[in-house]
Amino acid sequence: MRRFSWFNATSLTLGFAFLYLPMILLIVYSFNASKLVTVWAGFSTQWYGELFRDEAFLDAAWVTLQVAVISSTIATVLGTMAAIVLVRSGRFVGRTLFSGMIYAPLVMPEVITGLSLLLLFIGIGLDRGVLTIVLAHTTFSMCYVSVVVSSRLVSFDQSLEEAALDLGCSPFDAFRLVTLPIIAPAVISGWLLAFTLSLDDLVIASFTAGPSATTLPIKIFSSVRLGVSPEINALSTIMIGIVAVGVITASLISKRASLRQQQDEQAAARATG
Amino acid sequence: MAQPMAQTVFAPWDDPDETPLIRFENVTKRFGDFTAIDDLSLDIYAREFFALLGPSGCGKTTMMRMLAGFETPTSGTIRLAGQDIAPVPPNKRAVNMMFQSYALFPHLSVWDNIAFGLRREGMDKDALNDRVEEMLRLTRLGKFAKRKPHQISGGQRQRVALARSLAKAPKLLLLDEPLGALDAKLREDTQFELMDIQEKTGTTFVIVTHDQEEAMTVASRVAVMDEGRLVQVATPDRIYETPETVYVADFIGDVNIIEGTAAPDGDQTHVIWAEGHDPIIGSTDRAFERGQQVFYAIRPEKVAISANRPEDAVNAVKGKILDIAYLGNLSTYHVELPTGHIIKAQTANTRRIARRAYTWEDEVWLSWTGTAGILLES
Repeated sequence: MRRFSWFNATSLTLGFAFLYLPMILLIVYSFNASKLVTVWAGFSTQWYGELFRDEAFLDAAWVTLQVAVISSTIATVLGTMAAIVLVRSGRFVGRTLFSGMIYAPLVMPEVITGLSLLLLFIGIGLDRGVLTIVLAHTTFSMCYVSVVVSSRLVSFDQSLEEAALDLGCSPFDAFRLVTLPIIAPAVISGWLLAFTLSLDDLVIASFTAGPSATTLPIKIFSSVRLGVSPEINALSTIMIGIVAVGVITASLISKRASLRQQQDEQAAARATG
Repeated sequence: MAQPMAQTVFAPWDDPDETPLIRFENVTKRFGDFTAIDDLSLDIYAREFFALLGPSGCGKTTMMRMLAGFETPTSGTIRLAGQDIAPVPPNKRAVNMMFQSYALFPHLSVWDNIAFGLRREGMDKDALNDRVEEMLRLTRLGKFAKRKPHQISGGQRQRVALARSLAKAPKLLLLDEPLGALDAKLREDTQFELMDIQEKTGTTFVIVTHDQEEAMTVASRVAVMDEGRLVQVATPDRIYETPETVYVADFIGDVNIIEGTAAPDGDQTHVIWAEGHDPIIGSTDRAFERGQQVFYAIRPEKVAISANRPEDAVNAVKGKILDIAYLGNLSTYHVELPTGHIIKAQTANTRRIARRAYTWEDEVWLSWTGTAGILLES
């Protein structure tokens, strides 16, 4: 056992305080009865009630969810396809250029991505709305998906797919029945990544959103400019709650899966000696 | 015991009327500038257990991948039962492969792994069940049917891979270094198991290996490969006893090679190998010209070791023991001749804990008969 030390205790406290104090403050004030954010006037859940009666917020939440689900799904399909081409095809003319162009949006300033998409949509006369946000989010999140999936594909034993072909699968069946189930965890985490990126994107969404459709981050940002309201605190608290539950569940599931795998392998080793 | 021996020797390669199952006709395979297979022709017959043997990079795996359909020849044709298989994709070939890594599907149980190929065929449920159960019985995997590949041991995985590739009853089964991942004891058992299964199913097996002992144990014929070419194709005993080149002699088993010049003398050939020493006397079917370079190859177990020169020895040389390797059943003596040659001689340890007759630095005589060695050109 390591000895208790004041230095360790202090740095731990300070570190956690630095990370979580702002969020705790936000959560506490979301239960404030007063309309003034900085003055505590007793416990109340009225802002939560008000939030669910606010049409504008509900609309924004609905748009955000739609955009996140559709764009992350399209991005997952496209990103997975790009990853397969990149990992599998070996050498072809322009391969370096192709892979570079897939990864470039990762480092491209969001403002530039947003602006160029805006110019494109105006240029082709596409009205800004849910569709344009979906397109924009798909564009920037598919490269994240392709990074996640290709890192899994690199370690994928290609002879598995060859074995499937050998046993009578068409190339598409081999992918559907063997490759996809095996790389599924990477595809799912790619989808989740794209989903969260889309959920909290402000910059690109504000370039590509129109008057007919506003996402939650845009809504929050614009109402905060008019002053922080307890309603926003309530909304943020809900979002923190959702994210926390999601992260904890995901880590518990993966931990249990790896634990079971370990036990199975030990059992197999014992059984045969 | 008046019954006549009705059993005939399995040797379709000696029968001119037999048509081969697989026929490589002047096959060449290039990867860019690299020639993996160089103008190779080879016949493999039905029910054979054929081994492709060679060091890594000799092209044996490329041969196998061309049979499976993962590579196509750059030129030449490969025929399976008379049909050119180049345009047939791997999923349409009556050929199955057992992969070196086993390539078991990790997300499927042992049962589903074995059933995988049958399901693709669209076999009806009852027939499929029967076939999978039959395969499980054949490979003694019944207890593990519901387990996932990571829940069984290496030896069991190897058997699942074999069962899966045999399930579709292929005309030809390819085995890519199938026993590479097993330890020595398990490997030996599995070799016999493989031979047994091959005999039971009557499937033609082509095995790729770099392990010469494995090839010798399981195969009906062995093809020794080097740099994309076949060096020699023959039965294991012929490969061992009558290698055609120094490469084959050296690759298979242990051998002493003595370089010299030929001096034909009647039906014998003398090998002049060192000045002031009697020539080695050997017999050979080949005609050597006087003065031609020749390599005399002799296996260590055919060299006798003795304290004095045996009276009737055709070939005898004197030397000093440099090293003794005790292998339990055998002992190998490394004997240095005054010329600097080191000759290995092997004796069987037929008696238990017998006192060793010779020890380091002892002067001994090595002797062998006129037919013990073989004369090679290169």
